[in-house]
Amino acid sequence: MSDETAVDEIEVEEAPEDEIIVLAQKWKKKKGSLIMALHELQGRLGYVPRESAMKLGREMGVPLANIYEVLTFYNYFKLESPGKYIISVCTGTACHIKGSPKLLHGVEAELGIKEGESTPDGEYHLQGVRCLGCCGLAPLASVNGKVYGKQDVTDAHGLLEHVKHDQPMHVAAESADAE
Amino acid sequence: MTNMINATINGVPVEVAPGTTILDAARKVHVKIPTLCKHPDLEATGACGICIVKVKNTGKMLRSCCTPLDEGMDILTETPEIVEVRRGILELTLSRHPNECLTCLRNQNCELQALAADFGMNASDLPNIVPDLPLDTSTRSIVLDPRKCVLCGRCITVCQQHQNVWALSFLNRGFKTRIAAAGDIPLADSPCVRCGQCSAHCPTGAIVEYDETVDVWNKLQDPDAYCVVQIAPAVRVAVGEAFGFPIGANLTGKIYASLRRMGFKAVFDTNFGADLTIIEEASEFKSRLLEGTGALPLITSCCPGWVDFMEKFHGDMIDHFSSCKSPHEMVGALSKTYYAEKMGIDPAKVFVVSVMPCTAKKSEIIRSKEMSSSGYQDVDVSLTTREFARMIKQSGIDFVEIPEEQPDHMLGAYTGAGTIFGATGGVMEAALRTAHYYVTGQDAPRVDFEMTRGLKGVKEGKITVAGKEIRVAVAHGLANVEQVIDKVRAAREAGEELPYHFIEVMACAGGCVGGGGQPYGATNELRTKRAAGLYQEDQAGLWRCSHHNPYIKELYAEFLGEIGGHKAHDLLHTGYQVLPEYKR
Repeated sequence: MSDETAVDEIEVEEAPEDEIIVLAQKWKKKKGSLIMALHELQGRLGYVPRESAMKLGREMGVPLANIYEVLTFYNYFKLESPGKYIISVCTGTACHIKGSPKLLHGVEAELGIKEGESTPDGEYHLQGVRCLGCCGLAPLASVNGKVYGKQDVTDAHGLLEHVKHDQPMHVAAESADAE
Repeated sequence: MTNMINATINGVPVEVAPGTTILDAARKVHVKIPTLCKHPDLEATGACGICIVKVKNTGKMLRSCCTPLDEGMDILTETPEIVEVRRGILELTLSRHPNECLTCLRNQNCELQALAADFGMNASDLPNIVPDLPLDTSTRSIVLDPRKCVLCGRCITVCQQHQNVWALSFLNRGFKTRIAAAGDIPLADSPCVRCGQCSAHCPTGAIVEYDETVDVWNKLQDPDAYCVVQIAPAVRVAVGEAFGFPIGANLTGKIYASLRRMGFKAVFDTNFGADLTIIEEASEFKSRLLEGTGALPLITSCCPGWVDFMEKFHGDMIDHFSSCKSPHEMVGALSKTYYAEKMGIDPAKVFVVSVMPCTAKKSEIIRSKEMSSSGYQDVDVSLTTREFARMIKQSGIDFVEIPEEQPDHMLGAYTGAGTIFGATGGVMEAALRTAHYYVTGQDAPRVDFEMTRGLKGVKEGKITVAGKEIRVAVAHGLANVEQVIDKVRAAREAGEELPYHFIEVMACAGGCVGGGGQPYGATNELRTKRAAGLYQEDQAGLWRCSHHNPYIKELYAEFLGEIGGHKAHDLLHTGYQVLPEYKR
């Protein structure tokens, strides 16, 4: 099941309420697909707001209790808006050997937050993630889905400048803003 | 006949039906394997591992609660190795459990504490790391203390599967796993209906009743307060369990005596209120049936957990609900009007305590403005059976030996019909007895309607009254309600003849005898015994139909006037509203 196809079926301009109905219609026929629906929802919004989870539950006929069991079981899911730029520093084996902990600490120092936290202005969210599957580019970070490979682990500042310059705005971030 | 399974447990041969767990098979040969997460009511989850046993032939260690006994198995349950494993599990469990036994409501009545005592758990090398989680008292009916949770999952199973409420779930995973209200909000904002089955199934003090005994003690000491009390049907056959009486022993007279010793100035009986409910409800049924004054099927409304559930999940059924208040609310309203008037007491000083098998009653007393129909809050405090048992112990009353007393008859005399309100089907049976009289003008030749009795989840039956067939359904355990309501809804939508005329619902399995505020350890065997205690009293009683209660007749003659009349409506009836599942 590919996420890209899923996202393509929904118009970005649609109001989130309607999006959830469409999303629920799509997934509710298939048993055990709650996690896919949540995955898609987070893909759209960058996180899973409580209201959206409730709406999705109503539309899919799944109690909120179940939805929260899934949302809190997996670290991947977020209940709060993570920020405009979601910076994921890879801490997989290859990146680790290439010094990614240093990069992670560097970004922490630059932003004044710890891993797993967001900046008070809601601009940045920093997380360490396991292997992103492109070890040839180690050490790397990904920001809103865009990969920044072969980083200089001593230059977190450079990475952030690069990110800001690129403004690789995620569709999700846009739709969250539009809300 | 299927082939039986033959095996040995600790060298003792055992023969059981296929599918029987090792745990149950062991019980058959009088071997008690310790358990923590397993409750006899609930399917095994195998969460804790305490019940581990060893298969001698293979050397495998298995959880006996969720492993069926296989042909030829040679099971060992108590070797030093097994005991060591169990001690290890207990040590880990205790390492994240607060050492607060002395200040816990479950002190001396806790399954974890009992295991710790049995296994002689003394000093541990493990640090005591208790998660820092807040107490949830938001419902003011039950208290959730997730720090004391052992993650057995019983409350979740009963809330989700048996009650279909889905107010509780686990959140997070691994070491951070915790019990919480659905959506991680205060329980009062969740779909919780306060039935308290979570508390009745919790092995520890993680979910307990909201204790209000101190408020009652204080009022009893207040010279300005005129404290009166009433006891629910199901309390009389359960409170004895806290004092070593046989299960189901009916201790009504001892309860009355104890309450007077505590200082209550009048001792009433909710059974009187039950009789009164029947008078009003059977009359309501008769007029809906014969005169079409309201929707059929009529659905009973004595159970506050069910009322809450209906308002949240079945709002389209409001028209079918009986407008009758629950019995303790009726007695409360009359205590501050009829009784106060007759005795010449200022109703502002009357303090009404109800002793109930129920945690939801604590919320019911403030659920709507109709609960203050006397001009004051009709019932001031509602205590559970468990709180009441503690009060007896605190007051130094020798409950075993205390001589029996009578209630204050004005709001305390009752019939067998009132008594059986405490068991599933009892309200229906009581209502049919009086409805028969109202429709035909005479009592049914036989007032026992066995079709309403027993522990089957949904009971259906029909009787013929004056040539008219009356179809009834009785459901208990909220998950069982769904199929009954769905049938009604389907018929209504299709414009077909209604499947039932009258439906009784009680939120808890077994009805109030299995209520969320009753003594711990309810199983179907125990529920059956408690109910039997009520049916015995009904059989032996002088009056078995609510309309035979002379004090009820006096009440209408002297005070209420017409059945279903203006005054009765003001004091004894209520309304309902559609509520959101989630308050936020």
